[in-house]
Amino acid sequence: MTDPRYYQIATLSSLIAWGSTSLGFGIRIDNALAIVAVALVTQWVGTRLAGLARFDPLSAIITSLSLTLLLRTDLVWIAAVAATLAVGSKFLLRANGKHIFNPANFAIVVLILLSDRAWISSGQWGSTSLLAIAVIGLGLVVLSRARRFETTLFFLGSWATLLLARAVWLGDPLAIPLHQLQNGALLVFAFFMISDPVTAPNSPLGRALFGTLVAVVAYVIQFYFYLPSGPVLALIGCALAVPLIDRCLNGSKYQWRVPHKGATPCES
Amino acid sequence: MRILTCLLSALLTIGLVSNAEAFCGFYVAKADTDLFNEASQVVLVRDGKRTVITMVNDFHGDVSDFAMVVPVPTFIEREQINVGDMAVVDHLDAYTSPRLVEYFDENPCAIRQEVLNSTRAFPSVAETSDADFRRKSLGVTIEASYTVGEYDILILDATQSSGLITWLNENGYRIPDGAERIVGSYLKQGMRFFVAKVNVDNYDHSGYTNLRPLQVAFESEKFMLPIRLGTLNAKGQQDMYVYTLTRTGRVETSNYRTVRLPTGQELPVHVKDDFGDFYRSMFARQTEQANHRGVFLEYAWDMAWCDPCAADPLTRDELRSLGVFWLEEGTAETRPGLRPSPVPQNVFVTRLHVRYDAEHFPEDLMLTETGDRQNFQGRYVIRHAYEGDSQCNQMQSYRAALIERQEREAQTLANLTGWDVNGIRDKIPTLASLEPVKPEPWWKRLWN
Repeated sequence: MTDPRYYQIATLSSLIAWGSTSLGFGIRIDNALAIVAVALVTQWVGTRLAGLARFDPLSAIITSLSLTLLLRTDLVWIAAVAATLAVGSKFLLRANGKHIFNPANFAIVVLILLSDRAWISSGQWGSTSLLAIAVIGLGLVVLSRARRFETTLFFLGSWATLLLARAVWLGDPLAIPLHQLQNGALLVFAFFMISDPVTAPNSPLGRALFGTLVAVVAYVIQFYFYLPSGPVLALIGCALAVPLIDRCLNGSKYQWRVPHKGATPCES
Repeated sequence: MRILTCLLSALLTIGLVSNAEAFCGFYVAKADTDLFNEASQVVLVRDGKRTVITMVNDFHGDVSDFAMVVPVPTFIEREQINVGDMAVVDHLDAYTSPRLVEYFDENPCAIRQEVLNSTRAFPSVAETSDADFRRKSLGVTIEASYTVGEYDILILDATQSSGLITWLNENGYRIPDGAERIVGSYLKQGMRFFVAKVNVDNYDHSGYTNLRPLQVAFESEKFMLPIRLGTLNAKGQQDMYVYTLTRTGRVETSNYRTVRLPTGQELPVHVKDDFGDFYRSMFARQTEQANHRGVFLEYAWDMAWCDPCAADPLTRDELRSLGVFWLEEGTAETRPGLRPSPVPQNVFVTRLHVRYDAEHFPEDLMLTETGDRQNFQGRYVIRHAYEGDSQCNQMQSYRAALIERQEREAQTLANLTGWDVNGIRDKIPTLASLEPVKPEPWWKRLWN
């Protein structure tokens, strides 16, 4: 398989099915359908307006699945707006020839900040689903031949270090940071959102820096401002630093597949 | 050292000790009337950073032995502490309580007749319900002391956990092993403590027979319930009900799974006589299935109405007494005694039920308000069979369908509670009178 996005689509779909049936995620089918449909339409419109040669639905589908998995709302129109914002941001918010924000992350943060009817259920994964998510996530690492996974590894490493250091400082038992790390939502974020190779810095050192930066900002958000979902909020802020990191540290821009004649700059 | 009963509360997790062996960290309720023997209740009103917390203590003992150490996220002043009305919490408990709904089958041979009745799941939980120098050297300052209703309140400004623990010990509060570590952690997180003791004179003059709930209003970014102190004792699991009143929508925990209780199931009729038993068993089984790490959603509803109603919605005055500060004049008033109409009231109530211990809930409960305004209730249905003696062609098919339905209900009850299905069948007259079906050997149908 040359394009890891097929694997991503399969695994995200499985996680949605599992979450809906076993974990009581409360994913609404009408929201899911609206997100997929609107995302594809937005991708198609964006492709035409940007004058791109080929309509590529894969990334729009991945964004739709991420939104379905992570964003909660009981209003269909908010789900539709999320899909528009997510895919639209890919075409509109760009720097150095690539989009700035992870599409699903951008839409989720904008909506939870602007609307009181959208939210993230970070506790809903529980801690029993960890192993499965970890296996699926590691599968993704292997399939993509560990390309560009420095972000995930450094994020998880830094986050764990910060939580452990906090526990030591507070004199808390080890059970507390372990409980905080045994969070399904954290792994989903680490393997399926921050891992996005297109929006990550181009150089390995840059990605390591970026992963660490997201962890530090997330820690501040979660433990000094007491907002849940620190990592999700941190990612959008840190994404603004990526163009700067890319300017300082050279590297090649990621493309989902080997470039061929007619490859488009927006296939991500 | 005088024997002192101490309720060491982490805002709500109330611990009781009445002798040297026992210690702070569990809550005792009347076993004969309460559904859950060790259960505490807390009402949290929250909008933005503004929080009002009402802590119910169901203390039964000599009130002069009562004391409670309460950590709060910020420093508080006299006006931020109040004594609430237990009847309002009881009403909230009744309104949000899981309920049993009762239907009667119509006569298959006649026109439709239906009676709807609703019963509350169980009686409400509560219904049944050189000192200065020494202090300074320990790093503990009594910032202020007040008398609020029947309580004497000491607001402590401690800088070191060891000093606070020593001070508490020296003043007759018996603190469990491990408390110092937790108190130290809370102090480093910027939390403060106050002590509430009963002012016996005021209590005697008040005419109340039980201690009233203590209320604290404060502003803090932290939307959480510190439960760690309450898990220190080795008494096993404790139950806690958390009622939240918010403006936007349902509240859930962000660091533990919030699980919806099974709801809407049809159950055998005899459950009506034993609803408390059913509910206890079902809850125990659900917590097991969630690996003892779930926080259970029992009710989520717009406070303006209910359907079916286990009790009328709370009035505006009641809501205000619990701390709902955003109700404006002219807001739709609920009408006690009448079936309330579905008029949104900007008060959304969530009832969470958690059974916790230190092993499965090592971290405090972190809460988050969602935008979810979908109503949810723990609701169980019983359907009485038609018992008249009408004769018609439909009666035979009705009987057949009835047996099938009752078998299904028995299976549902067994699945929900873990009870033996044969024992359940024995309590259902129609099924009990049937010839016991001998299980057919598996090989009988293998080749034939």
